[in-house]
Amino acid sequence: MSKILPAPFLSLFLLVFWLLLQNTVTPGLIVLGAILSIAIPLYTNRGRDFPATIHKPFKAIEYFFLLLVDILISNLNIAAIILLPSRHIKPALIEYPLDIVGEVPITVLASTISLTPGTITAEIRRDGRALMIHALNVEDHEKLIASIKQRYEMRLKEIFKC
Amino acid sequence: MNMTELHGWADWLVSSLIIIGSLFALIGSVGLARLPDFMARLHAPTKSTTLGVGGVILGSIIYFSVTTAFSWHELLITIFLFLTAPISAHLLAKAGLHLELKRVENTRDLRAQPNQYSDED
Repeated sequence: MSKILPAPFLSLFLLVFWLLLQNTVTPGLIVLGAILSIAIPLYTNRGRDFPATIHKPFKAIEYFFLLLVDILISNLNIAAIILLPSRHIKPALIEYPLDIVGEVPITVLASTISLTPGTITAEIRRDGRALMIHALNVEDHEKLIASIKQRYEMRLKEIFKC
Repeated sequence: MNMTELHGWADWLVSSLIIIGSLFALIGSVGLARLPDFMARLHAPTKSTTLGVGGVILGSIIYFSVTTAFSWHELLITIFLFLTAPISAHLLAKAGLHLELKRVENTRDLRAQPNQYSDED
């Protein structure tokens, strides 16, 4: 398994990507795509210095859909803030202490924070144990940190086992 | 390719998706102009454009699936957007932070040790 398929999820992703690019599904294209998606990870595997294994693929899919819904809500929130006549927003710079370790999980968490309601990740602390978040409109920063923790970080911790 | 006429529900669905998408794109641009400081402005385009582009793409998928053949490759745009939007937002926010751009007065700085995030030693 690991000799031929060093990164099974990358291979799957490449295959789907290939079929999407072609915009048709025929047996010939699937075979060609399968060959490419086995060959490319084999060739590029040495360059991957950030190994990350998805231990719970179904949790990862669930996470993706949770994220989609949250992006939708976040869009509506931001639209409301922009369109409301009052401009009394309460921005804040928040320090978010990290529980998870590893480059890939932290990158995923930082991107999630940037995509969801009113928060953007701006910087990581020098020791890599905290993120700096800019929040557009926040009343209670403790509550925000707690909600990110139990909504996203706990799930990522389960998915990557880190 | 000829623009084929759509009928009934598909017509309504595609048009309303495109209108919703463009509305959100417009709101994002309005936010870019209207919000008070650099960091706040960043929030508008990164978020509202995802739904704006998403709506237009969904409209396109339905239009081409109904008129010609099943069409999914617009989804690639969504994948690219989801990968790149947070990264560009992150880099812009980082640049703004390190250049110490002026922030609106009521911004609360809740960092315990701000120097842990800056260039200076």
